[in-house]
Amino acid sequence: MRVMAQMAMVMNLDKCIGCHTCSVTCKQAWTNRAGTEYVWFNNVETRPGLGYPRGYEDQDEWMGGWVLRNGRLRLRAGGRLKKLALIFSNPKMPSIQDYYEPWTYDYETLLNAPAQKTFPVARPHSLISGKPINVSWSANWDDDLGGSREHAVKDPMLKGIEDKVRMEFEKTFMFYLPRICEHCLNPSCAASCPSGAIYKREEDGIVLVDQDRCRGWRMCITGCPYKKVYFNHKTGKAEKCTFCYPRIEVGIPTVCSETCVGRLRYIGLVLYDADKVLEAATVEDDHDLYEAQLGVFLDPEDPEVRREAEAAGIPADWVEAARRSPVKKLILDHRVALPLHPEYRTMPMVWYIPPLSPVVDVVKDTGHDAEDVDNLFGAIETLRIPVEYLANLFTAGDVAPVDRVLRKLAAMRSYMRDINLGRDPRDEIPAAVGMEGEQMYEMFRLLALAKYSERYVIPPAHAEQAHALEELATECSVSAYGGGQQDVFGEGSGAAPTPVAVENFRVLQQTQSADSLEELPGDNPLRGRVNLLTWDGRGMPDGLFPSDQEAAR
Amino acid sequence: MTTFLWVIVPYVCLAVFVVGHVWRYRYDKFGWTTRSSQLYESRLLRIGSPLFHFGMLGVVMGHVIGLVVPQVWTNALGLSPHAYHVIALAGGIPAGVAALVGLAILVYRRRTTGPVFRATTVNDKVMYAVLGAVVALGMWNTVAGSLLQFGGEYNYREGVSVWFRSIFLFRPEAGLMAEAPLGFQLHALLAFALFAMWPFTRLVHVFSAPIGYLTRPYLVYRSKDPRPGRGTGNRAPQRGWDKPELTRK
Repeated sequence: MRVMAQMAMVMNLDKCIGCHTCSVTCKQAWTNRAGTEYVWFNNVETRPGLGYPRGYEDQDEWMGGWVLRNGRLRLRAGGRLKKLALIFSNPKMPSIQDYYEPWTYDYETLLNAPAQKTFPVARPHSLISGKPINVSWSANWDDDLGGSREHAVKDPMLKGIEDKVRMEFEKTFMFYLPRICEHCLNPSCAASCPSGAIYKREEDGIVLVDQDRCRGWRMCITGCPYKKVYFNHKTGKAEKCTFCYPRIEVGIPTVCSETCVGRLRYIGLVLYDADKVLEAATVEDDHDLYEAQLGVFLDPEDPEVRREAEAAGIPADWVEAARRSPVKKLILDHRVALPLHPEYRTMPMVWYIPPLSPVVDVVKDTGHDAEDVDNLFGAIETLRIPVEYLANLFTAGDVAPVDRVLRKLAAMRSYMRDINLGRDPRDEIPAAVGMEGEQMYEMFRLLALAKYSERYVIPPAHAEQAHALEELATECSVSAYGGGQQDVFGEGSGAAPTPVAVENFRVLQQTQSADSLEELPGDNPLRGRVNLLTWDGRGMPDGLFPSDQEAAR
Repeated sequence: MTTFLWVIVPYVCLAVFVVGHVWRYRYDKFGWTTRSSQLYESRLLRIGSPLFHFGMLGVVMGHVIGLVVPQVWTNALGLSPHAYHVIALAGGIPAGVAALVGLAILVYRRRTTGPVFRATTVNDKVMYAVLGAVVALGMWNTVAGSLLQFGGEYNYREGVSVWFRSIFLFRPEAGLMAEAPLGFQLHALLAFALFAMWPFTRLVHVFSAPIGYLTRPYLVYRSKDPRPGRGTGNRAPQRGWDKPELTRK
């Protein structure tokens, strides 16, 4: 057993309203630069729909991920020799048109136009060619099923059920799918990189591109079946979602999670057995991949796992965080979260709770009680199309696990209505899905009420340990002479001060997880240190604004 | 003049080549790439790029054999100079034609595809001009000199090759080059100019040929760099000569 820790995410799709706030804040934080105009580390797609880049799930076309050949796991786009032979021109790379040609508007016309009868118009100009363009596609062109007859029917996930799906707008179903990099346990992008620039961090499993080692061979873009590695066309380097690692390292959630309006994202650690990953990714039947992936995770409650984790150098507070991890609870305890496309065999680490809403909507529209457990169970039974579609996304087409999850969500809905209305809870409802009342309530709490600190259980990275080790060699002697004061050898000597960015992060974290500024503990060193960067609009911190009297003078 | 052209220039160029690469690797790892334009256009690239690169690989191999292996060695193997020549031409002409045609396609693509042309810097243009001239002169020497034998026969393996080896043995025999035909002289001079430009152009990507990929495990695990400022996204400014995109205009 080789225990490793992985930072993972779960998204509850029932709560996603498709507002794209996550995409926009992510873009502002990471990809608002020249060369990455078309890049969305986080995007939200309407499903059924083509997604971004267009039709990325069609692996016969794009050749992403792994396949099983003669019982061995191989890159679908070809192994090492083939990669090197094709290095001068990657035949399976999406073009800018498959993403979309980014554009801006010619705002200058608006300012410089002379007085005239008609309003001047700011025409769109391509950011790639600099010429005026007709905007005809974008990262979410088919948002909210826009043009679904033309676009959504080409959704690769409708294969096999296309004849049954009604694309008439009023009769179809729809939900939103926010996507980031999956930070896979078995990343095919990293395996495709000829330079070895893409690596998985040992501590938290975040997959990153070393910008200094990337040589721009573009094989990772083909390798990733989710098409979540992008090519910066100005620098000639690959870039991808970083899981906001500078934030995660100081214990606060990613930008997309932090700003999520629906509060549908959960971040936490999972422990897994690195020795079992390859075996699990190699199981014969695609339908067994979900179960195999569950088998890779380790239970942090198990004393042996904790012993092994300690031996593997995972700090105690990280194991503790893994025990409280909401991600672990949703994936392993309640079993309502499912991986996106396990059939790519990359072992993705961003999981999804499939939406019950397509089912609920149909029941509601027929005039029946959409919170009655029997109605919902019956609907799940009969509404095969949404269920099959979800299965194509989350379980490689195996309907049974999706069915189970939807029943759990339906049961929870029904069970909680009784409680909310002050009726006696009916224990047969959770029993029907193999749960107990207590557990169902726990699940409800996590899905509906969980606060910031419960949704994001992120232990800070242990950079201070490395520093402490350095101190053994350097700072002890200093303290032996000068009593451990800083700046003994002049300005700037001694331990490095906390960087402003880290300090601001910590203040943000504290204020975000407290209900009011007054709630910060009295001995907290950050009390009274709120500044304009860290002020989130709540309360009036001392010293941030001039007092009324000062203002009057 | 002979000494300047065939001793001083080659040594200066080679010194710039070596020191330049060390300097660039140390100060500009981030810029060490060929800035692929495949995202903009891939149809022509798919034909031109492999044609040019595989052609160039053949050309480079031919040069290694022709310049590094002394004539006495092949003679000792029982290969007459004439037979050697036939083999060299049989291998060299297809490779050279592939490289030249590939380069022509790539330059055409670069000029006519708007976004690709926009992404082409002055540095690139100068490099393409020199590279194109070197390849064209090389082809001219092969076709006109060896095949059609304009201006009499010239056996470069008794002239240019000996001179080339003598540079690396630090006993340069400049006189051999002074007697060589003009085509060979220009080809050699421009090639050394190209070597001098090499570390400062996108040509550096030649030295990142990912041979290690064949032997390394598929997945790379790395530990966070514990040094302050490392691994947290802070990076010291690294490009030695290139201004960041935003300030270039």
